[in-house]
This record gives sequence, C-alpha cells and structure tokens, in this order.
Amino acid sequence: MRTRTATLLVSLALLLAGCTDGGGDSADGRVTLRFQSLAWQEESVAANEELVREWNATHPDVRVEYVQGSWESVHDQLLTSFEGGEAPDIIHDASDDLADFAHGGYLADLSDLLTERLKADIPQRTWETVTFGDGVYGVPFLQEPRVLIANAGLLRTSGVRIPTPERPWTWTEFRQVTKELSGDGRYGVAWPLKEPVSATLNLSLSTGGRLFHRGADGRVTVRFEEADQVVPRTIHDQANTDHSASATTLGSGGSDTLPGFFAGKYAMVPLGFAYRQQIEQQAPDGFDWQVLPAPAGAEGLDQGVSPQTLSIAEDSPHKEEAAAFVDFLLQPDNMVRLALGDWMLPTGTEALKDPALHTSEHGWATGTALAAHLRSAPAQSVRGYPEWKDKVATPALQEYYSGAIGIGELRGRLEDDGNLVLARYQR
Amino acid sequence: MRTSTGARAGQYAALLAYLVFLAFPFLWLISTAFKPPQELAGLHPTWIPRDPTLDNFRQAFDEQPLLRAALNSLVAALGAALIAVVIATPMAYVMARHRSRLTRAATGWVVVSQAFPFVLLIIPLFLVLKNLRLINSVPGLVMVYVVWSLPFALWMLAGYVRAVPPELEEAAAVDGAGRLRTLVSVTAPLLAPGIVATALFAFITAWNEFFFALVLLKTPEKQTLPVILTHFVGAEGVADLGPLAAAAFLATLPSLVVFALIQRRITGGMMAGAVKS
Repeated sequence: MRTRTATLLVSLALLLAGCTDGGGDSADGRVTLRFQSLAWQEESVAANEELVREWNATHPDVRVEYVQGSWESVHDQLLTSFEGGEAPDIIHDASDDLADFAHGGYLADLSDLLTERLKADIPQRTWETVTFGDGVYGVPFLQEPRVLIANAGLLRTSGVRIPTPERPWTWTEFRQVTKELSGDGRYGVAWPLKEPVSATLNLSLSTGGRLFHRGADGRVTVRFEEADQVVPRTIHDQANTDHSASATTLGSGGSDTLPGFFAGKYAMVPLGFAYRQQIEQQAPDGFDWQVLPAPAGAEGLDQGVSPQTLSIAEDSPHKEEAAAFVDFLLQPDNMVRLALGDWMLPTGTEALKDPALHTSEHGWATGTALAAHLRSAPAQSVRGYPEWKDKVATPALQEYYSGAIGIGELRGRLEDDGNLVLARYQR
Repeated sequence: MRTSTGARAGQYAALLAYLVFLAFPFLWLISTAFKPPQELAGLHPTWIPRDPTLDNFRQAFDEQPLLRAALNSLVAALGAALIAVVIATPMAYVMARHRSRLTRAATGWVVVSQAFPFVLLIIPLFLVLKNLRLINSVPGLVMVYVVWSLPFALWMLAGYVRAVPPELEEAAAVDGAGRLRTLVSVTAPLLAPGIVATALFAFITAWNEFFFALVLLKTPEKQTLPVILTHFVGAEGVADLGPLAAAAFLATLPSLVVFALIQRRITGGMMAGAVKS
C-alpha cells in the first residue's frame, strides 16, 4: 500500500513537472510579448491600446498583447507572477516599487538592451531613479511634479504676487501669502497629507533637505537637519499657528480636498500635476483655476519624484524584442501621446519640446517648466524605507502636523527610532 | 414575559437604526452612481442626485468589459458554491456523527487553516496551477475558491448536522429504512437550509474575492468583476468615482438577487414539525 502511494505521488510530481509552459513562441516562429499596463484613465488606456495596435500592424513577427493591470496590489501581483515564472514580458510600474524586484533578480538589466537614442533622450538625473547598483532596471517615461492648484479668481482679487517657474514663491513668502488669503471661513491652503512622508521628503529637496545620508561604508542613516525642517515647519505653522491651512484635510487624500476647493473654502491645494484631469472634469462651470509652481528654497524648485517606468522581466525569453517595443512606445511623439493621456510630463527631452506641452491651457506650460527640477526621490534606493515610513515617519509626521508633538520630538523619533529600523536592513 | 410598549418601540428603533447603518453604504453607492462629476465634487453632498445621469454607467461599460467580467464572476462563484457543498456535505456528516480522535483533529485543522494568510498560500497555489495549465482560467480559479471555502463550509455544515436530532435517524431505522434511505429521506431535507446557507456563503465569498483573481487571471477576457473594478482606480488611490460607483452598484446586484431568492430557504422553519411534541 505504501509503495503504491509513493508511486502515485512520484507520478503526480513528474506529471506536474512536465506540464510547464512553452513560452511566447507560436509554431510559425512568431513571438508574442505580454505588455502589462497600469494606465487607467480613459484617454490613457486608449493611447496605450492604440500604440500597441500600431506596433502590431508594423511588426507581424513580434505581436504585443495588451494586458490591463491595476495600481491596486500591483506589487503582490507582480511578485507572485515572478515567483511563478509567469510575469509579463514588459512591465509598467513606478520607480519606487522597483528596488525590491531589481535586488531580487526579477528584472532584466537594461543597460545593454536600450538604444542610444533612448538613453540620450532621458536625462541622467531621471535614470538615477531606476538605477540600482550597476544596473538599470526600468525606463522612466512619465513623471509629475507637485504643484499648487489655485483658485485663480481668489488669487487675482487678493492682489498677491502670482508666482511663476522663473519667480516662484519662497517658503517664507508662501506662508505669508496663505495668511493673506485666509479669513471669512476660508483657508489659504489645504494640505492633503494622508501620506505625509513622500510629500514632505520630496518637497524638502527644494530646501536642500536630504534626510537620508549614505556614509563611506554605504550605510544609510537618518539625520533631520535644519534644511529638512523648513517644509514640515511651514506646514505645521500654517495649520497650528497661523490657521491658514485647514487642519481637517491633513488626514485626507488629494481628491477629498477638491469639494472644498471648488466651493472656495481653500484658495490653494498642493497636488500632483495629474490631478488637473480630475479638476477639469469635476470643477463647476465657470470655475477658474490655475497651476502654480510649488515654493522654492535654497535649492530652487527641486523636488523628488518617482517616475512611472517600463521594465522587462528577467525571465522573458525575448528581451531584445521587448526592448524594441519599449523603444517604439517611447519615441518622442508616442511619449507625448502617453503623457497627454495621463496628464503627466514625459521624461524625454525631445518629447518635452512638443508644443502641446507648452500651452497655457490647463497649466501645461508651468508643469513643463518644472521638468528640469525633478530629481530622484530621496528614499528611492534606501532599503528599509517602507518600514521606516509606515512605522516611524508617518505617525510622527501626522502627530507633528496635528500639533500633538513639537519639532524636537519629531526629530528624535525620525532619527532614533528610524535609525534602529534602517540598521536592521543593513547588517 | 409580556413586553411593554416602550420596550417594543425601543427594539424597533434599535432595529431601524441598525438597518440604516447597514444600508447606508449601499444607498450612498446608488446615489453616487447617478451623479455627474460636478455633483460628486460638491461640498454639500446630496442624497438624491440633482441632475441624475446614466453617463457613469455608459462610461463604465465603454471602458471595461463589465458584462464579460460579470459572467466570469458568476461562473466562478456558482461553480465554487456547488462543488464546495457537494464535497462538504458528506464530510460534514461524518465529522458530526462519528466523533473520533481523527475527526476532532480534522475539525482542529479546519479551524487552524482559516488563520493562514493569503500571501502564504498564493505562491504554492500559483505554481501548482501553473503546472496544471490552469493559470488564467476560470476553472483554475474555481478550484482555488473550492479549496479556500471548503474548511469553513465544512465547519458550518457540521454544525447544521449536529442540530439534526440523531433520534430521527434512529426512528427511521426502527421503521425499517436503510442507511441511504435515512440519509436521503430524513437527514437531507432537514439539512437543506444549512446546505443553502453554506452554498450562499461560498457564492458570496467567491463573488467578492479579489486577491486570488488578481494574481491568477491575466487577460481581461478572463478577469472577474472585483479585478475589473480596480481598473477605475489609479496611482495613490485616485479614482474615477462615478464609473466606479456605477460598476460597483452593478456588481452588488447579483449577490442581492441570489440572497433575496434563497433567504427564505435559510430562515424557513424546515425543522418545524420534524419532532413530535
């Protein structure tokens, strides 16, 4: 009986082992690539699908299959697909999600796969968002700065100086302006800080804030220095001292602030550039809004971003064909189509010259002028960052912004508790 | 034992408050599904849309293959429910009636298995299904749902079996009915509400399940409704609220219809009159 059971189990195992997939080749030698896109807005999905159709029409031997993914749970979904050897050939994701996959060996190093045209078209500072160790594990193709979306009517009647990318507000000036715009039940600004860490860190690049410091031995430590404190102090003081920032929106997401913004309750809302699509769609008729650059500090308008990326799975048997498709997708004209569909900025310098991105309508020109100031988000390659963010920085910043703790306590928690967390990842 | 009028009024008020609490999200969903974008972004939300529109439904259907996704969900949920009760019913009977060390251990295992996190199961499951060539297939998903809902279905049904008095089966045996006849004619009808409730549980669990479907189904034509719904949500939780609400409203309807059709079978007094007083 025992022998029979063992034989059955071994047979089953062999059967399972023998039933593996054959990959993406058809009998006639045609290659099929799976492209998982996270595009979700109507115009963006249409642009992606159209580009795939165009590729398929001109490349009969390399067919691309469009697969709709979703931002929700994309990390878990990809991780499972990688582990199971079923990952899509071409993967759309965000650069801050790539570090683990790159370190895990799931993504192909694109250094030798990409064309010189594409390498030269995207600035080096943007390539840094997808460079881990010596390898390049994605092509950053879309990005968005954080901007101030303002009620243009309120701004005009208040008489405050309107900032431009050439002459932005300083953080001090911004605080003063929000005070002037407040009153009669209105706040100068509504900070949507449900996720306070990335917003704070990315904006702090403008004041020279780095927070994460890499030593000569490669180990990263947290230091919350004077330059790191300018942005959090401004937000804290607006909400708690000047009352020029709404305290209720500190725990809200960006979309939650829009009803109050449309109703004139807030004069400005700091949001990602792509939020303009929602504003355009939802704003009441006649509502006049405009895009302003985020305030500048010692480092000018610099801010951190995590661009959207296209990667190729290490397991893909057709990496060169996949790279050729990525190159096609990111030709300057096509990059513009993708950017317009997503209401974001292309990373390519050629695409950025397109006149469609320099029109004043919907604030495109202001956003495009900020492109040169976008840098790799400070936490991009810090191992242990997700845990530091969730367990230490998020609650500490939330308490600080709500006025429950002071800057000294905030500093202590970010540094002391934070370094304990990071140390575990760097033993 | 007579309840005073005040106490009765209090009970009704509490019940009403509870119903309002339960119904609020669903009513809000319906209201949202019919609002135009400008009204969705209003500072003072309204219960009844001022300018109701079907545009959200049109956009939802235009953007995503909702009907095909609903069909996939229906097949997966019905398949899972049917197979789960077919397997669980005889097993539950054995667990409930034949108490031994083995059945006690099995019951313990059933309880423990409910505590396993999804992420622990998903990679081995993925590998097994891949080798069986059942990735990206609704039958593969049905298999997962059956395995997933089986422990709880078993536990639930075992409780129903224990509620059927063994004396009834003994009486049937005394009257000359064989084992099979007793099970079919006496036990099975009394278990019917339990079987229906268990099937409903398995159906709704599978209908709403997201994570396994997300990981196992790759192409849009195979995906189920919960996965398709996430396509209305972008990075950092930004959502296309109107179409999302419209699609979510449509997604809740089949569960409600199934529940409305069979809820009487669950609550009906099938045991009434079974035992002579």
